[in-house]
Amino acid sequence: MKRLMVGPFNRVEGDLEVALDIAEGRVQAAYVNSPMYRGFEQMLKDKYPLDALVYVPRICGICSVAQSAAAAQALAHAMGLQPPENGRLAANLTIAAENLADHLSHFYLFFMPDFARSFYKGRAWFSDTHARFKAVSGSAMADILPARAKFMHLMGYLAGKWPHTLSLQPGGSSRPLESAEQIRLAILLAEFRSFLERTLFGDQLESVANLDSESALLAWMDSHTTSADLPHFLSIAYDLELHKMGRASDRFMSYGAYHDGDDSLLPSGLWENGELRALDISTIREDVSHSWMEGEAALAPAIGHTLPHPGKAGAYSWCKSPRLDGHVIETGALARQLVAGHPLARDLVARYGGNVMARVIARMLEIACMVPVMEEWVRRIRLGEPFCQAVTGLEDGSGIGLVEAARGSLGHWMEVRQGRIYNYQIIAPTTWNFSPRDAAGKPGALEQALVGVQVEENNEGAPVAVQHVVRSFDPCMVCTVH
Amino acid sequence: MGNVTNRDPLNLLWLQSGGCGGCTMSLLNANCSNLFDTLEGFGIRLLWHPSLSEESAMDARSIFDDCISGVTRLDILCLEGAILRGPQGSGDFHRTTGGNSMMSIIKRLSGVARHTVAVGSCAAFGGITATGSNPADACGLQFEGDSLGGLLGRDYRDSSGLPVINIAGCPTHPNWVIETLAALASGMLNGQGLDVFQRPRMYADHLVHHGCTRNEFYEFKASAHKPSDLGCLMENLGCKGTQAHADCNIRLWNGEGSCVRGGYACISCTEPGFEEPGHPFTETPKLGGIPVGLPIDMPKAWFVVLASLSKSATPKRVKENAVADHQVVVPAVKRMRSK
Repeated sequence: MKRLMVGPFNRVEGDLEVALDIAEGRVQAAYVNSPMYRGFEQMLKDKYPLDALVYVPRICGICSVAQSAAAAQALAHAMGLQPPENGRLAANLTIAAENLADHLSHFYLFFMPDFARSFYKGRAWFSDTHARFKAVSGSAMADILPARAKFMHLMGYLAGKWPHTLSLQPGGSSRPLESAEQIRLAILLAEFRSFLERTLFGDQLESVANLDSESALLAWMDSHTTSADLPHFLSIAYDLELHKMGRASDRFMSYGAYHDGDDSLLPSGLWENGELRALDISTIREDVSHSWMEGEAALAPAIGHTLPHPGKAGAYSWCKSPRLDGHVIETGALARQLVAGHPLARDLVARYGGNVMARVIARMLEIACMVPVMEEWVRRIRLGEPFCQAVTGLEDGSGIGLVEAARGSLGHWMEVRQGRIYNYQIIAPTTWNFSPRDAAGKPGALEQALVGVQVEENNEGAPVAVQHVVRSFDPCMVCTVH
Repeated sequence: MGNVTNRDPLNLLWLQSGGCGGCTMSLLNANCSNLFDTLEGFGIRLLWHPSLSEESAMDARSIFDDCISGVTRLDILCLEGAILRGPQGSGDFHRTTGGNSMMSIIKRLSGVARHTVAVGSCAAFGGITATGSNPADACGLQFEGDSLGGLLGRDYRDSSGLPVINIAGCPTHPNWVIETLAALASGMLNGQGLDVFQRPRMYADHLVHHGCTRNEFYEFKASAHKPSDLGCLMENLGCKGTQAHADCNIRLWNGEGSCVRGGYACISCTEPGFEEPGHPFTETPKLGGIPVGLPIDMPKAWFVVLASLSKSATPKRVKENAVADHQVVVPAVKRMRSK
């Protein structure tokens, strides 16, 4: 058995290193370490409750709006506020804009460049992939960067700026729209749609969103041999068998997303063994047995605490180990689409379990499904009607904010006493996916997904398949180790 | 300018430590055809960036090592995020592989860099990462809050003789970063180009108030009471735009945005110590009904007199719109006589 330390991992948000035990050319065990600690939960103690809206977005520059939305929801919950319809639509548009922009950044900037590595120069697709997706210099950069920047003009109108807005308030949105701006949002979405249909998909969004099985996907791939980027990825994925790589716990969770009255567009739930179950968040516990954190018992987040214990024996990460009813959970776009019942996501997972290819396809499906919904939301905004309710004071109370960030389920648990934050606990998506082992010794989702991955002989650096598996989760380490 | 093809490229190394990565994300919002081409146009070669480059692990570490040993010339070192000195001065709250603390790597690299640039308020002053009890013992490269010192000490100069350049902001505007790098590459930024907190004066010689679309409400002290109201945010909702140094309302964010245009207060994120205002961020502290923080360069007595005069002169339209989320009274239309 040989021990390989891989890190610093780049093209993930934040810092990550992974220890791999390798034998017979395969990973036998993996240990995932989040090597940075900042201490937001400690900083938030004794702050004014509404000030959470300033601090928590700054946990993460890439999930900033998701953090805002979770805090705004926790505050609204504690204050008993219901944002008006316009405020809800504005918040949904803002969250969706961040999630879609993050999916694009992940695909073009973080994930695809690994296939342009010289390691793959023997492959039939290599020269095209190298020209298109090479980090920094690939031809895709000149397409994606301006298209993404233009799409983010939505944030200029809806949120003032991105990242780090204060527009998402417990009472709704601080940014009422005028008629010219409503039209401008529709124009920005139309421009984004044409970029996606021309460059990413090579087809209409609706045709991609309607793919309902792997066989439909394969037929679509064969009939779309254009230079579009999703078909390009699919041909690589099947050649490298990415659908047989990176299976984790196969328990998928979503908190549900995009609230619409008492309903939500994407439902909450747990997808396991081909069945949908109701999600009971009261069974969430955070284990710290392998984290550099004080504490013995695994605690519910509402009564949890975060006290660093550097050098703790047996620990190897600043990340805690959240578990749902004792189980390791995978969260993210794939989980969201499985819970929401997308037939292609469900077919891929029924055949192969969670895998690298399915995680990437789920993000692409989400882009194709959400842009038409965003177009509809813009039309539904009623000019002249309220965007925000006045906020009431909060002396004592508690609230929970559950949202779906690009990378999965994000929860905030807040308790206020005598007008100040008494306790604030955050469980980020990558905390679920990249957790270390728990007290029972059960490895986290990525730790499971890496077992069995092939490692090239005499590799001194980071085995490329390991990088595919790690990046398929679109990890956000700065959220993980807030 | 920009024409440096007859020179060696300028090697830029970008590191992240105790921060959120938001300044990089903001940089990707730049309104240019291709950020990488823009930098290349000024002869800037990206040696390595944690979110954007191909190299991981050993390959990345050898890039750092080659800079430290002098095998590769390090022209511009950019740090995003604060330096984490804890626990107990060890720097272990941020370790990179090989057991080294990021703090020690940053210190060594800044010793060989021709220019050292703090990108964002965390790297400049400690910023949000230094909030409250500052559990990670965060500080900036050459400042801790508004005091000189930080990791590198008050006397630090890069090999060209400049102190650390603090592109403060939370996050930074993409153009502040691009223009500072382009000015450095063109030899157009010297000590006179930096203010007392070592921020590039290109953007820090303005106030956020300059270009604010709520100016008519400000003139008449017609103030917003709750988020989404159209009125001025200074009197009640905590806005520090008249005191904060930045050009956020002259050149906008994400197309046509800014904080105050987004309906919320400027929290003066370019100023050292902004993370601990001593009052709720979105409430204006007042003494005897007068905001404690008055506009920069404004004598208090005149402010009080003018405020009370302008309040009594407020047109009905301005007064009513200030507390509404859409114009309830539109500007009157005056018929022009034909000549």
